[in-house]
Amino acid sequence: MTEIYVVIGMALVTFFIRYSMFAVSGQIQLPVYMTQVLRYVPPAVLTAITVPAVLMPHGEQVELTTNNPYLIGALVACAVGWYSRNLLLTIVVGMVAFLGWQWILTMWMG
Amino acid sequence: MTTTIEQQPTISPARVEFLTGMRDTIPLIVGAMPFGIIFGTLALSSGFSFWGTLAMSAFVFAGSAQFIALGLLAVGSSWPIIVLTTFVVNLRHLLYAVTLLTHVKSLPQRWQIPLAFWLTDETFAVVIKRYDQPDTSPYKRWYHLGSALAMYLNWQICTFLGLTVGHTFPNIAAWGLDFAMPVTFIGMIIPYLKNRPMWAAVVIAGSVALATYSLPHKLGLILAALAGVVGGYMVEQFMTSNNEVQQS
Repeated sequence: MTEIYVVIGMALVTFFIRYSMFAVSGQIQLPVYMTQVLRYVPPAVLTAITVPAVLMPHGEQVELTTNNPYLIGALVACAVGWYSRNLLLTIVVGMVAFLGWQWILTMWMG
Repeated sequence: MTTTIEQQPTISPARVEFLTGMRDTIPLIVGAMPFGIIFGTLALSSGFSFWGTLAMSAFVFAGSAQFIALGLLAVGSSWPIIVLTTFVVNLRHLLYAVTLLTHVKSLPQRWQIPLAFWLTDETFAVVIKRYDQPDTSPYKRWYHLGSALAMYLNWQICTFLGLTVGHTFPNIAAWGLDFAMPVTFIGMIIPYLKNRPMWAAVVIAGSVALATYSLPHKLGLILAALAGVVGGYMVEQFMTSNNEVQQS
């Protein structure tokens, strides 16, 4: 059954990636400059996931138009996040803006 | 009101850290909820069984990789391809683990193994801030555990909800609830944008991600992340050396 291989395979590789560094942590000593480099990891990774999800929601081409509710929701979230510095508010308002814009588009088209 | 603290000596600092870790993760739980529910809902129509879906959330516990696996399965990809893609998509956790190393290397294995298993984008983003605070509390591991457990329980519950009641919402897959992840990540990125090197890291990572999106097995993701990290660091080095020149 494919499903079992998929679950076991995914579980093994995911745990291997997450644990391998911890497992050898006693033997390795990171150079000082690495701690400076690693500060860029969280924003770089999150951006690499987010930008295509917002600009290419259908995975084919960049959709820089008002017909793209992902883009509108993301712009609203950026503005709310920048000025409020409140994570929960950013998520909720961004999500509402996205769903609202999507609803408007559906009304318009339909 | 220092007296109230003295009157409650039974509350251990470990417990306070644990609960604070959970509390600080609440916004990210809100963002992960729609994502988990829609995962549970979509899994059945992608060819997964009820128990297979629950097992995937329980043993893999990696939201974006689980989603990608559904997409691949739906188009008939073989299991080695799905496992390979999972590897590439989750390679970013290697970067997270390296970043956490200095904080977890002194922990015993019985802590390291569960904390590694529960490593996610969300918990990493929350706990790295706590670890980086200057106080030397020996209970920061409990904060980490609280955040990790909160995310894990939420993911299991939402997967179950998606499996059981997800289909009662008509056409839930078309609502665009997958926007929950990008919007959560936007909220997590913004606090980092305090200086030019951070801006450079984000702009480079975003541009490379777009340019390399069509690469197979989501390879573009890890390339973009590495480009952003290196780019940010190079701008930082450039600015530091420029400052030194000006000052001398």
